[in-house]
Amino acid sequence: MSVRVSEADFDVSAEIAQLTAGQTNIGAVATFTGKVRGEAHGRPLTAMMLEHYPGMTEAELQRIETEAISRFKLTASRIVHRVGTLQPGDNIVLVITCAAHRHDAFQALEFLMDYLKTEAPFWKKETSADGHGTWVDARASDDAALSRWRPKNI
Amino acid sequence: MIEVQIEARQVTLRYFAWLRERTGVSEERFALPADVVTVRDLMTALQQRGEGFAAAFAQPDAIRAALDHVHVKSHTAIGRAREIGFFPPVTGG
Repeated sequence: MSVRVSEADFDVSAEIAQLTAGQTNIGAVATFTGKVRGEAHGRPLTAMMLEHYPGMTEAELQRIETEAISRFKLTASRIVHRVGTLQPGDNIVLVITCAAHRHDAFQALEFLMDYLKTEAPFWKKETSADGHGTWVDARASDDAALSRWRPKNI
Repeated sequence: MIEVQIEARQVTLRYFAWLRERTGVSEERFALPADVVTVRDLMTALQQRGEGFAAAFAQPDAIRAALDHVHVKSHTAIGRAREIGFFPPVTGG
């Protein structure tokens, strides 16, 4: 179980190999990779800057990961999130979930991404071709995605 | 005669994304005014600190806050928190 915030890029294969080395209780490995798109609102995007809240970010990611581990039967997991200035096509985030069976790995992956999107303190600023920078607005659909993990009868 | 002097409690304030840009500050030490109880009270007090802060805190409902790295609602009492962070809704992932 680990979380990492870093300016450096990640290698998905290397991360999986490191996470699963020597483990024989893993039957399923699921991964999600988030990347920088080359356009936003129909306009070309030249760069994306990712800011975060050092200290709180790591604490939130660990809290979310701990929640996922207790909720699903995960045998290993990893969250890697990049910060700093990124270009279109660059990797932003990697989530790996390992479980005995695929259902837990898939479910935990979606759970982790839904919580990361709405609770981990990262902020994106997009730079367009004319050099203009715009802070990305939070999406109501991300909040809606979270509601499916909450108990319905409260 | 015993003189009791109550000093304003010092906290660390941190600002992120467009709050950092509008205030021109990323981190500072700040003496909590005696009448500030909740996070919302603090936002109202910060609005009075000039143009940049007035612009940054003009719409308190659009701002999220954390006490010692934990998300809180704006009606939460600051209590003994040592660090208060202000930021827009998050957009990572």
